Amino acid sequence: MSEVSQAAQIANKWRKKRGSLIMALHEIQDVKGYVDWQDAVDVSQGMGVPLARIYEVLTFYNFFKLEAPGKAVISVCTGTACYLKGNDKVLEKFKSELGVNEGESTPDKMFHLQSVRCVGCCGLAPVCVVNGKTYGRMTPEAVPGILAEWRKTFEEE
Amino acid sequence: MVKLKIDNFDVEVEAGTSILDAARKVQIDIPTLCKHPDVDPSAGCGMCIVKVGGRIMRSCCTPVAEGMEIITNDGELQEIRKTVLELVLSNHPNDCLKCIRSGQCELQEMAMQMGVDRDEIRKILVQKEKDESTEAIVLEPSKCIVCGRCVDICQNQQNVWALSYLNRGFATKITGANDAKLANTPCIKCGQCAAHCPTGAITEYDDTQKVWNMLKDKDLVTVVQIAPAVRVALGEEFGYDFGENLTGKIYAALRRIGFAKVFDTNFGADLTIIEEATEFVKRFGKKDNLPMFTSCCPAWVDYMEKYYPENLPNLSSCKSPHQMVGAVAKTYYAQKTGIDAEKIRVVSVMPCTAKKWETHRHETMRSSGYQDVDVVITTRELAKMIRQAGINFRALQDEAADDPLGEYSGAGTIFGVTGGVMTAALRTAYFYITGKELGKLNFEAIEGLKGIKAAEIDINGTKVRIAVVNGVGNVEEVMTAINEAKANGEELPYHFVEVMACPGGCIAGGGQPKVMMHNLPKPWGINDEIRRLRSKGLNDEDEEAVNRLSHHNESIKRLYTEFLGKAGEGKAHELLHTKYRQRDLYK
Repeated sequence: MSEVSQAAQIANKWRKKRGSLIMALHEIQDVKGYVDWQDAVDVSQGMGVPLARIYEVLTFYNFFKLEAPGKAVISVCTGTACYLKGNDKVLEKFKSELGVNEGESTPDKMFHLQSVRCVGCCGLAPVCVVNGKTYGRMTPEAVPGILAEWRKTFEEE
Repeated sequence: MVKLKIDNFDVEVEAGTSILDAARKVQIDIPTLCKHPDVDPSAGCGMCIVKVGGRIMRSCCTPVAEGMEIITNDGELQEIRKTVLELVLSNHPNDCLKCIRSGQCELQEMAMQMGVDRDEIRKILVQKEKDESTEAIVLEPSKCIVCGRCVDICQNQQNVWALSYLNRGFATKITGANDAKLANTPCIKCGQCAAHCPTGAITEYDDTQKVWNMLKDKDLVTVVQIAPAVRVALGEEFGYDFGENLTGKIYAALRRIGFAKVFDTNFGADLTIIEEATEFVKRFGKKDNLPMFTSCCPAWVDYMEKYYPENLPNLSSCKSPHQMVGAVAKTYYAQKTGIDAEKIRVVSVMPCTAKKWETHRHETMRSSGYQDVDVVITTRELAKMIRQAGINFRALQDEAADDPLGEYSGAGTIFGVTGGVMTAALRTAYFYITGKELGKLNFEAIEGLKGIKAAEIDINGTKVRIAVVNGVGNVEEVMTAINEAKANGEELPYHFVEVMACPGGCIAGGGQPKVMMHNLPKPWGINDEIRRLRSKGLNDEDEEAVNRLSHHNESIKRLYTEFLGKAGEGKAHELLHTKYRQRDLYK
């Protein structure tokens, strides 16, 4: 008998409360950082909710990640100020440098790229945030340097 | 009752009626792309807007109120509707010429009705992969207008939960959980999604070319059979009224298409009854795995294998009628005529998309030594073939089916209607138990469109409790009652249960016509009025039939004496029965 998974334990906790599917999924993402197929299966069995419904919720909300994200999570702000100041071009540069789309991770699981709406420092626009570190006045040209910096950090670890 | 005014007509309707339905009572057809009588209003498409005291509201989800004054159509509403429709069309491909649904598409019809004559809004077409994995139903998400009917039907009406919406906005897609291919989901191939889809986004898997290829090969002897429900629906494709029984013309059309022999699945239905009634009498007497469930509906069998594997011993082991015809065509018919069974091809014309899957669902579907039924086409595909062949269907003279697999009783005919299999089985089971014929051949309690119908039948002083489940979405309630009784060691609520996956039965199956004819009730495709009319077509044939009992079908008697031997044993069991296995919900 295999160990009861975290997802199954969380599902069991929320089982008896009506309309709490999203709370259970939130908690799994908090604990693991993502909700994958096996987690969804555990929730389906634990809470008696069909998988079709679980994936409707998981894919409707941008917030949920369906697989483990890369170690460095790159958030490119596309709020009004950052967007007008050209962060769309910065986003494109990240995409082409990493070879991934928004919401995806690189195959080596080093980087995860996402766009966010306003990180609360419009004065520095355009802004990107990587694992909590803020980069202001971004340009597409600055992108390779930032990626190299984080690659180096991970190599040293 | 609530009184209101719609376009200056006085209307009186029950409280809770939507404005959309109230307007239909005074011959006003408010356009809609998402509302269907079988689904709850979702206010999805935005076409059904009306003015209520000057405010613009969606009529599908706004209930009537006393004294309301409603305008359903003026210049402004027309303009808004046209813009809404143009927005819908802005991410719909202009593929009508090549689309399988062309001419039977609610979106196409709406564009015509609203006078759309331009691509005013810049098109944004998102390529989404076609899913043909089931080889029964095809999903083409790029043609989806996100009306929500299929998802509601699959989840709530059918309780199958294969289809869902994934993502949002332009990326929204009808698909299985986690974008699983349909064949890897709980999908039972009933095709109710296709029956309700207003566009070409969900359709049958087209097998017509396979049939043409067989007919072209002169080394083959290609025979055909038609299901009960086909005969009362095909006519709709050629301008006939709903429910008109056109058996004789269909036989004639099939001969002209080039089939070597025209058999009838109704013969197979009579054969199924002989086997199934024998099985029931035996099992009822021995109290062996009761209740016994009928097994002619492949979508239901698939559902049972996926959702109730622990109840599989309760399923009748009988194959469905067209599979029985396939098995005897490649053995008995082959032997009788001296044709090499290897050269025989059996094509089944069915109202059903799940039948396409049934032909290869288990190794017992090859009981003749070959695949018993080679190809299944739906009623819609037959209509297509008749057109392709250039046949003037309406001008055809009636013809008869071919021996030895063409004769049938009224009991065989009603297999296509909810309650029909149970009725047919009881007629014969009564005879087997008592040696006498039933006085009254119908059981009113199990007729009609209610979801769960139950009755108690007195056979020689023994009470037999039966239930008819109309629509697989109602199975859960019946199964829970049965399994609870079993668990508590209580008396079983039922001894014999019929299940048909599609509400109404096969007459409203996933492969039936979806014709746009203006003398027909809207919306096109399927609704309860159409279900009643097609059912009546089959019930009338039963009532007028000279023989209404499967056990008096002379061709069936001959089949047993010349070939099969005793019902339920030996060769009959080997050819006409199947086995079941548990299937995972997701692969």
